[in-house]
Amino acid sequence: MSPRPGYVLEVDRSTPPVLFWNGEGYLLEKLPPERSRVIYPPDPLHPLEDPIAKIRHALDHPMGDSQPLETLLHPDMRLTIAFDDVSLPLPAMQAPDARQLVIEQVLEMAAEAGVEDVVLLAALSLHRRMTEAELRHALGNRVYNAFEPHGLLLQHDAEDPDGLILLGTTDHGEEVEINRRAATSDLLVYVNINLVPMDGGHKSVATGLASYRSVRHHHNAHTMTHSRSFMDMDHSELHSANWRMGRFIRESGVKVFQIETTLNTNAFPSQFSFLQRREWEWTPRDRAGFFASSKALALMGDRTRRTLFHSIKAPMQLTSVQAGEVEAVHQSTLTNVFDQQLVHVDGQTDILTMGLPYISPYNVNSIMNPILVACLGLGYLFNMYRGKPLVREGGVVIMRHPTPWAFNTTHHPSYIDFFEEVLADTTDPVQISKYEEAYATDPWYIQLYRTGHAYHGVHPFYMWYWCAHALEHLSSVIVIGGDRRAVKRLGFRPASTLDDALEMAEDSVGSQPTITHIRVPPLMMAEVS
Amino acid sequence: MKGLLFERNIPRIAASRVMSKLTHSGKGVAIGPLRLTDIDEPVLPGPHWVRVKPILAGICGSDLSLLDGKGSRYYESMVSFPFVPGHEVVGTVEERGTDGNVVQKRVVVEPVLTCVTRGIDPPCPACAAGDTGQCSGITTGHLHPGLMTGYCADTGGGWSTAGLVAHETQIHTVPNTMDDTDAVMVEPVACAIHAALSVPTEPETLVGVIGSGTLGLTVVAALREFTATGRIVAAAKYPHQRQLAMQLGADAAPGPDGFAREIRRTRHSTVVGKSLPAGADVIFDCVGSQATLEQALSVLRPGGRAVLVGMGYRTAVDLAPLWHRELAIQGSYTYGTETLHGKRVRTFDLAIDLASRLELGRLVSAAYPLERYEDAVEHAAGAGSRGAVKIVFDLQRKIGHGSSQHA
Repeated sequence: MSPRPGYVLEVDRSTPPVLFWNGEGYLLEKLPPERSRVIYPPDPLHPLEDPIAKIRHALDHPMGDSQPLETLLHPDMRLTIAFDDVSLPLPAMQAPDARQLVIEQVLEMAAEAGVEDVVLLAALSLHRRMTEAELRHALGNRVYNAFEPHGLLLQHDAEDPDGLILLGTTDHGEEVEINRRAATSDLLVYVNINLVPMDGGHKSVATGLASYRSVRHHHNAHTMTHSRSFMDMDHSELHSANWRMGRFIRESGVKVFQIETTLNTNAFPSQFSFLQRREWEWTPRDRAGFFASSKALALMGDRTRRTLFHSIKAPMQLTSVQAGEVEAVHQSTLTNVFDQQLVHVDGQTDILTMGLPYISPYNVNSIMNPILVACLGLGYLFNMYRGKPLVREGGVVIMRHPTPWAFNTTHHPSYIDFFEEVLADTTDPVQISKYEEAYATDPWYIQLYRTGHAYHGVHPFYMWYWCAHALEHLSSVIVIGGDRRAVKRLGFRPASTLDDALEMAEDSVGSQPTITHIRVPPLMMAEVS
Repeated sequence: MKGLLFERNIPRIAASRVMSKLTHSGKGVAIGPLRLTDIDEPVLPGPHWVRVKPILAGICGSDLSLLDGKGSRYYESMVSFPFVPGHEVVGTVEERGTDGNVVQKRVVVEPVLTCVTRGIDPPCPACAAGDTGQCSGITTGHLHPGLMTGYCADTGGGWSTAGLVAHETQIHTVPNTMDDTDAVMVEPVACAIHAALSVPTEPETLVGVIGSGTLGLTVVAALREFTATGRIVAAAKYPHQRQLAMQLGADAAPGPDGFAREIRRTRHSTVVGKSLPAGADVIFDCVGSQATLEQALSVLRPGGRAVLVGMGYRTAVDLAPLWHRELAIQGSYTYGTETLHGKRVRTFDLAIDLASRLELGRLVSAAYPLERYEDAVEHAAGAGSRGAVKIVFDLQRKIGHGSSQHA
């Protein structure tokens, strides 16, 4: 039987309360009947029955004009295998990770071909360096032990002047500067996990292996307000810029063999299965699980709760693998992503509600600080649409999250300064750009990025640029249950309860507004007609 | 007449020290050596002395240190017991008017007991140069030892309705346009001006001020008004302190946790250990604790200077960064004569001008009658957390009885 597609539930008086994530916790909320609806993501797709065989098949039968990987490998070559970093997938998947499965096959083929000069390269872009544990999880112990001790497992350094190469400038004036090892290899194999439609394609190399000098051309407020949305490649300036750069990289002679994977949305293990299930289908066990876990979480301290949630490994499984020429591969990948995530929705809503979970791409094993709360809600979830935004222009987004005024000083040092200095001055994504260069070139942030586990100094700006489209589109953003000072610093309005938030929203959208709640995670993409 | 008398009672000093350590600053006053008692008017020590009837008298950080039993033994030979505390004083002196009638003239007292006040002639080199804060005669002459009025058995102090006696060189006329609350701020403002002018600053100079109580806030104001200092970063623990610091001229007023970050960010410095290779040029430590002094040393650039404005006492500080990064620590005590734009000017004259012009009486948060001295001291000790800055005694009951006036 095929997995069920997504579903839009019209809320009536008999509808049970709906689950809202609330950071490192969750609760049930009753939505106003007759004018509310809840969008549920499709059920997880069936996984590939024999993923290893599928991977081998994809490598042997590449898409586009690419030759089979086997024929591209020869003994004297320089081979670089780049892979997505810790920001994917979310949550981290149960071992073996998709990257491990693919890379092991690539390495096996390389060994069979007698390739000796092989380097593995984490495509960090401006993200933090991965820890040993994170690398071991992504690659598996066998691969890690074979490469890391010999200095053959590298992490891209976007600030290493010797490790970068300027390939040139696109006809739009965009400087294309990427990792030297990758660019000077005879073959660059890129291993991707495609969790959202924004990922993959030319963005993998053009962003993942690029320098700040290069990334700044598309990670800015202008690009974001001209991407409707950046999750929809055909209407995304972010993608247009990456595609220009990606083609420039190809024309510069960099040979890329792209391998993209998609996963199903089995985000939670069995003890948390109620988080995946529609509320009216909850079994007595699900209800017991919800109440018991809610009570237990309430008794825990913040640190314990955080540790618990970040230790969850998702039982996600591969649903597709495609390999070969970048653009052909990515078209196929998008089809598979949409098969899993797309939900058709009729019309827009006055108010969009969302419960934000404990994790976003940028706080794996870390604190979801206020900037990341804004980015997850307004950057990611608001933009998970094709066609039109789920919420009408001038509408309101209501998010639920504790939004603590708390930061991980190791991972997000520049976020603290950004929050205290930049957002205290302005929350306008265009205006904040006047601070960007100072943060991007700050030698201390650069040192922490290069030698510690810190996001690049400019990264919080990108998080705020991510929100630009939503901030322009909405009349108001309300956060339920957040630290009031932190919420106000973000330029949002704090509310204590959903009822209060809905009443506040009526100031902007009028009385008896329509409400749409997106029940994520797992992730979904709305096709709004 | 009533006054608060501080006696040399070792058990009570020890008890107040223990109590303030076990609870919090200001709590030890109830069992300490300070008591409210009947007091006679002090005797005029000589012909050039006048009686001053206090209107308002402030409670200073050094007073609190004394009442908490935390004062350094260094000062033991420089005070004489029993004494009436209170050296931040606005009061009145009697003066015969042109019509022959006695009139009350408002004055502020410059409390340092210099060679002139002690009848030492010729005066010490510091007094001769106008640098009276560095007077070397504070234990000699015809007065008992005493750093200043408020620590000397002969002069009385501001915390008394009996008043105090002051040498004519110690009194400064308060302009008619100046409020009593502005006037009671003159003495701490003079300390701040002296500190601010003790280090040369340029428009490129990055200055940090640790502590945003009375001293910190007035140092910010003095730096902004009398120096060319570029960026001033004031560490302010409480929201009202942040607001006042910004009003008085700070460019940024982060919380204590954000202070080092703000300094680092301003200079785009890296961090080596806990130190900033490109930190602040000057730090004014207006608290004077071990923690603040260590913080000062960690955020200074190599060759930078820390100015200890808050009262110093025995403490342990790692001097490795001082040695390795060639830092300097200098003290800043009271006032005297400053060099401003090439001219020598009495610090008190500058302070009267500044306190009046900036209406620094707004920092006076509450006034108490002497009878409520325990409440007053406790309020002063917890001023920051209670939204206050300066607490004063209202000797003539002109303001109110323990209610917040400006907080």
